[in-house]
Amino acid sequence: MPSLKDLRNRIASVKATQKITKAMQMVAAAKLRRAQTAAEAARPYAERMSAVLGNLASGITVGPDTPRLLAGTGSDKVQLLVVCTAERGLCGAFNSSIARLARDHANRLLAEGKTVKIICVGKKGYDILRRQFAEQIIEFVDLRAARQIGFEHGDMIAQKVLALFEQGAFDVATLFYSRFQSVISQIPTAQQIVPAQIESAGAASQAVYEYEPDEGEILTTLLPRNLTVQVFRALLENAASEQGARMSAMDSATRNAGEMIKKQTMTYNRSRQAMITKELIEIISGAEAL
Amino acid sequence: MATFNFELVSPERVLFSGQVDAVVLPAADGDVTVLSGHAPLMATLKTGFLVITDKPGNGKRVLVRGGFADIGQNSLTVLAQRALPAEELTQEILDKEILQAEMAYDATNDLAAKHAAESAIAQLREAKAALNY
Repeated sequence: MPSLKDLRNRIASVKATQKITKAMQMVAAAKLRRAQTAAEAARPYAERMSAVLGNLASGITVGPDTPRLLAGTGSDKVQLLVVCTAERGLCGAFNSSIARLARDHANRLLAEGKTVKIICVGKKGYDILRRQFAEQIIEFVDLRAARQIGFEHGDMIAQKVLALFEQGAFDVATLFYSRFQSVISQIPTAQQIVPAQIESAGAASQAVYEYEPDEGEILTTLLPRNLTVQVFRALLENAASEQGARMSAMDSATRNAGEMIKKQTMTYNRSRQAMITKELIEIISGAEAL
Repeated sequence: MATFNFELVSPERVLFSGQVDAVVLPAADGDVTVLSGHAPLMATLKTGFLVITDKPGNGKRVLVRGGFADIGQNSLTVLAQRALPAEELTQEILDKEILQAEMAYDATNDLAAKHAAESAIAQLREAKAALNY
């Protein structure tokens, strides 16, 4: 039986924890709003971009001159995994679910005898994947210094991927991130970015286009841009998902702390009363004995 | 005057969306004025001012740095890499842009890329000079 003082201390410490989780939840809620608007504002650009690319790609036939970013290298031996996670923890299963998806994917590829290379964006994913794939991780991108995800961050990562592709360091690249669906639901997603996945436009948009400068040149500038936009979008979706996950995790932590406080207070009051009763009995029986 | 649908989108936000009379694009090979009923055209953009005329005699200027214009049937979509409305431009922003362009100029050895960066710097300097009036 813990003493009254012990119980008091325990209640105080749970209360302090509850205050912290409550504050974290409110901070996450405020950040979520900002991240969500950023993610939503970036959506039109990405959508138009894939529409334009679809228009363009439906007009050309894949041949030896087609940029390799679109047609691929013709092999899938070396696979690059770009795993985007958060820089901080305490956000429920957010980081581990992305990492799990990436790990399963990597294990499957390794079982098929393919070479796997991993680029980690975000410290948490790096920490998780490092244990198993220490040799496969070729790079770790740290975005801790960035307060707000900007286009330049997406660009930086995309440039790294492009440079590797130019060197012929991989054949297929897949991007792992968490798609933001709602505050309580974030879906870990794998998206192939190299070679580019193009949803072909409907037959209605089969207008004869003029190109300025020429088709090939536009395609060669558009494809790397598309890669940047996809990475940028993934980063924004991830940022919104992270805050959403943190918010719901902290909300349930606050609720659990509340429950714990209630239970502990009950025990505390009970043992206090028991003590008072015991003392009274002692006094009364002492008086009776006289 | 016949109007057409115009959208100006940058990675961060949608800057303009609506019916317009005419748009002047700083296309890579020279300025292009787009009016309603323009033939389908896809063009890359260089650094320069994009002029939106949504009512006769009312032009809006937006500084764009690189991007694409997709002219479809009675619609124009511009995907700008960076876009700054003229009224938001300040000396510091332009200085930063010029610095970036100069860095791009120094970073490359490719003749065409150097040329593009050079013209971008010239355009930005011009915009900066125009701001002082």
